[in-house]
Amino acid sequence: MLRDITIGQYYPADSVLHKLDPRTKLMATMIYILSLFVFRNLAGFAAVTAGLLAVILLSKVPVGYMVKGLRAIIVILVITAVFNLFLTPGEPLAAFWVFKITEEGLKNACLMTVRLIYLILGSSVLTLTTTPNQLTDGLEKALKPLNKIGVPVHEVSMMMSIALRFIPILIEETDKIMKAQLARGADFESGNLVKKAKSMVPLLVPLFISAFRRANDLALAMEARCYHGGQGRTKMKPLKYKKADGIAYLAALGYFAAVILLRRFL
Amino acid sequence: MNFIEARKLVHEFIRRDEDDNVESILTALDGVDLDVKQGEFVAVLGHNGSGKSTLAKHLNVLLTPGSGTLWVDGKDAGDADNLWDIRQSTGMVFQNPDNQIIASVVEEDVAFGPENIGVPTQEIWKRVEKSLRSVGMIQYREHSPNKLSGGQKQRIAIAGVMAMEPKCIVLDEPTAMLDPNGRKEVLDAVEQLNREKGMTVILITHYMEEVVRADRVYVMDDGKVVMQGTPREIFSQVDKLKSYRLDVPQVTLLAHELRKSGLQIPQGILTRQELVEALCQLY
Repeated sequence: MLRDITIGQYYPADSVLHKLDPRTKLMATMIYILSLFVFRNLAGFAAVTAGLLAVILLSKVPVGYMVKGLRAIIVILVITAVFNLFLTPGEPLAAFWVFKITEEGLKNACLMTVRLIYLILGSSVLTLTTTPNQLTDGLEKALKPLNKIGVPVHEVSMMMSIALRFIPILIEETDKIMKAQLARGADFESGNLVKKAKSMVPLLVPLFISAFRRANDLALAMEARCYHGGQGRTKMKPLKYKKADGIAYLAALGYFAAVILLRRFL
Repeated sequence: MNFIEARKLVHEFIRRDEDDNVESILTALDGVDLDVKQGEFVAVLGHNGSGKSTLAKHLNVLLTPGSGTLWVDGKDAGDADNLWDIRQSTGMVFQNPDNQIIASVVEEDVAFGPENIGVPTQEIWKRVEKSLRSVGMIQYREHSPNKLSGGQKQRIAIAGVMAMEPKCIVLDEPTAMLDPNGRKEVLDAVEQLNREKGMTVILITHYMEEVVRADRVYVMDDGKVVMQGTPREIFSQVDKLKSYRLDVPQVTLLAHELRKSGLQIPQGILTRQELVEALCQLY
């Protein structure tokens, strides 16, 4: 199940987007998400679609692979569409029993569905072209000013990168514990939801204990290697803006301006 | 002065109940004297709970002495100001390879130590390459540690310590979770560092076979150093070792039994080759 989700996974390829600085990509993604909530008419829709398509083509990630990521949110999509369709007041188009579809409802449903789909597609371009490490590095550097108001930016990004490192280890461990418990006659499959949830207890307790033990060991190992927070730390791979990043920033801003103008004047 | 000098080192783990009353005291180190010269390969031997891991953690100041003195590289380990200096001059490798690798790319993990002590970027790249080469893992520099074997991960951990350019490396049961191949890999790497680069090595272990490679051996039991000497001196006292619940290498044991049953072979045989030669001398 965990393997089906393409959101948040890295797709190795040799493209312009892969080589951009993670900060640029983070910023551009933010701008893109904002633009999704700015456009209202068909011209705006066309501009956003053009922007998204251009980025997807530039990323060299197969479109099919990207669309697969949408499967994870299909339920949310359907629920949003249905609620918007039936619950928006306005001019009724059709009505049966207690339901009625209004013109505004139809419009809203389409708009929201498109927004959600574009949101997922656009943000998955970010994660597909950026390794988790680059992403946390980028976040750390981009959010550094927050340090001044007491946000532990370095610590949080260190935690994120360690969490990413331990995900496969903990999945493997879960698998191991599950097999060990199955061998002793545990039953994870049958029964209703409550029973299934209860049967997870003998899985979760050992998993938590082992995770805490690992955390303890890791803390010792980090201390032994002179880790003492972000102060005075240097980087093996420091982030540096290149020419392509400047162009990307300009393109993103130009795109945003275009979307705003289209909303204003059309 | 020796690189490491411990005098009457004591460490107690005190367990308290909710009202802060002392529930029990476990004396993990009980008056330990330890001397290690620069460039030496010293092994510390002991069964579980003998205090050998506690001793190892003192050498890196992960624990501080309860009483007694410990000097590492001419610095007093009891003085909090020396903490980072000592951690930089004596690196430490732990038992579980998974729980000491921090980054998801091999080279970034090796760079973790130098990053912490503020080495400039250019220099980090040089050090990472050098230390990965010294443990023979350079071809894996861009791999994910998750896909490596236990022995390889442990060599990465050693490279991570090497990149901080310490004078001494303390290995706390580095092979306990490895298969025989991995154990050999790791020990070969350690021995090479000691012989070729003059690295001071302190190997904490309960595998007798690993001790044979050391210059000197300390045997610990119940928080005390009970025996010390060269591997040959230690392993010639088979009965005494057994009383500390330690086994001797099979070859040594066989030689010991043969000797007891009346064959004229020398004491403290460590390798199969030596035994073969000793037996050939007889006839």
